[in-house]
Amino acid sequence: MIDQLVRLLDYEFVQNAIAAGFIIAVVCGVVSRFVVARDMSFAVHALAEIGFTGAAGFVLLRLPPVLGLLTGASLSAIFIGALGVRARGRDNLIGVTLAFGLGLGVLFISLYRQYATQAFAILFGTITGVSRNDVLLMIGMGVATLGAVALVYRPLTFMTVDPEVAEARGVPVGILGVVFLLIMAVAIVEAVQVVGVLLILTLMITPGAAAERLTPQPGRAILYGVVIALFCTLGGITLALLINWPVSFFVTSLSFIVYAVSRVLLGPFLQRRAVRGSETAAEAVTRPKRSMSA
Amino acid sequence: MSRPAVRCEHVTLSYGTRRIWSDLSLEIGPGSFLAVLGPNGSGKTSLLRALLGLVTPSSGTVEVLGHRPRRGDPVIGYVPQRSTFDSDLPLRGVDLVRLGLDGHRWGIGLPNRGSNLKVTLAIASVEATSYARAPIGRLSGGEQQRLRIAQALVGDPRLLLCDEPLANLDLRHQQGITELIGNWRKETGGTVLLVTHDVNPVLHLVDLVLFVVNGRWAVGPPDEVLTSETMSELYQSHVDVVRVHGRILVVGESTGPGFELEEPHHMPNALVDHEAPR
Repeated sequence: MIDQLVRLLDYEFVQNAIAAGFIIAVVCGVVSRFVVARDMSFAVHALAEIGFTGAAGFVLLRLPPVLGLLTGASLSAIFIGALGVRARGRDNLIGVTLAFGLGLGVLFISLYRQYATQAFAILFGTITGVSRNDVLLMIGMGVATLGAVALVYRPLTFMTVDPEVAEARGVPVGILGVVFLLIMAVAIVEAVQVVGVLLILTLMITPGAAAERLTPQPGRAILYGVVIALFCTLGGITLALLINWPVSFFVTSLSFIVYAVSRVLLGPFLQRRAVRGSETAAEAVTRPKRSMSA
Repeated sequence: MSRPAVRCEHVTLSYGTRRIWSDLSLEIGPGSFLAVLGPNGSGKTSLLRALLGLVTPSSGTVEVLGHRPRRGDPVIGYVPQRSTFDSDLPLRGVDLVRLGLDGHRWGIGLPNRGSNLKVTLAIASVEATSYARAPIGRLSGGEQQRLRIAQALVGDPRLLLCDEPLANLDLRHQQGITELIGNWRKETGGTVLLVTHDVNPVLHLVDLVLFVVNGRWAVGPPDEVLTSETMSELYQSHVDVVRVHGRILVVGESTGPGFELEEPHHMPNALVDHEAPR
């Protein structure tokens, strides 16, 4: 089996898939931490599906679908951000936008008379089909995203965990909310390459959600998220090459297993350890947990 | 006479057509302790937001330590109305306090010895060292509140704004938090503005009381403001101010919502097991 893997590495498409998978996983691991903490899974879904509409539109115009994906996701990020970042009915706004955007996507697909391979690729992922140029594009977008996260890291963390004080301390919460949606849009374009629009949550939610069961330290939670995303993405690609089932299937299965393990087995153990030494250890462990919607 | 810590001159604040309070004038000297009292929805929090530069009054002048309020003013420490942290949030007390120090700055901000020391000292000053490294969402309300105060004080402010810091705390924690705030004022000569629905836990520290009801207000030492005459005028109906066991109760003839200064659930405590301050 190892031999088989080493031989596979000679193929350019395998090298491309692994290189792209690596950078994509790092980006998703980092961004998912904030998606989970800011409770934005629905927005992730909306941005991805409107991204799909963008891609379908670009296919119709014979333009690269990746750019359409980026355009669709970014425009909806700006729209949702500008109108609804601070509004109470954020999810309503997202739902309305999402439905309209996806409706357009249906129209574009039906207008496109040929068999829409590219559209299906966007829905379910095409990591083993990426070219060298795609890889370079992924690296470029990935580095830009990570750079943007690093730049806004402290104020973004502040407004995520403690919005009232962050605002009082001068953090521009309105603008940063939109900036984060744009960061999310680019991360989504990356993740779509691996798992596609429909399974986007597996890379944008699971790493962050699993990581927060493992550590109470913000920095470490991001690191663990990256490790989990790398394991799921590269593991999924490898298994798909060996067994020849879809990459998306393996990535989603691995993420699910990682989440289950961290929640059921590791999480409770580590949490107990984290609270130990605190005066309230006994109280905290027995206190009923509020479950987090994700 | 030194510059006042907070000065309001003929300040009117309204949201849309709704007027929160009008023509408010007050001056708080440095080192004073002002309690802001009044029923729910009377705009107590709005006053803090105006001082923080988050809302702009429709008319009048507000000054904080000699200048116009501006967002992110480092001379102000702020303890917001309590909101709970998710129990799974990867955040510890030390992280929360550190955000109070440099969370508004750009970049990742790697820890350095200077900021670590400030954070450690702030946590020690609120006696939270033993649980500062536990997940904050799993701490009790009183423990979280101590860390919030450390977060507000870590940047060495000269004015501390607290919004209902004692709400939903048991008596022991109320006294602990009150003592922390009192000590900070004594040691640094800082000014405190504290919004509360119950003045009694902080009565022994308070120099000035601002009582706001439906846009009307009165300001002065507690003995002058918390009287039946002043309260009846503010509420525009007959109100009795009763002193029992060193505590002040404001009781009206008609008890509309938010009318009582004293929350009913505090009363049994007060009469049974709480020794009155003073």
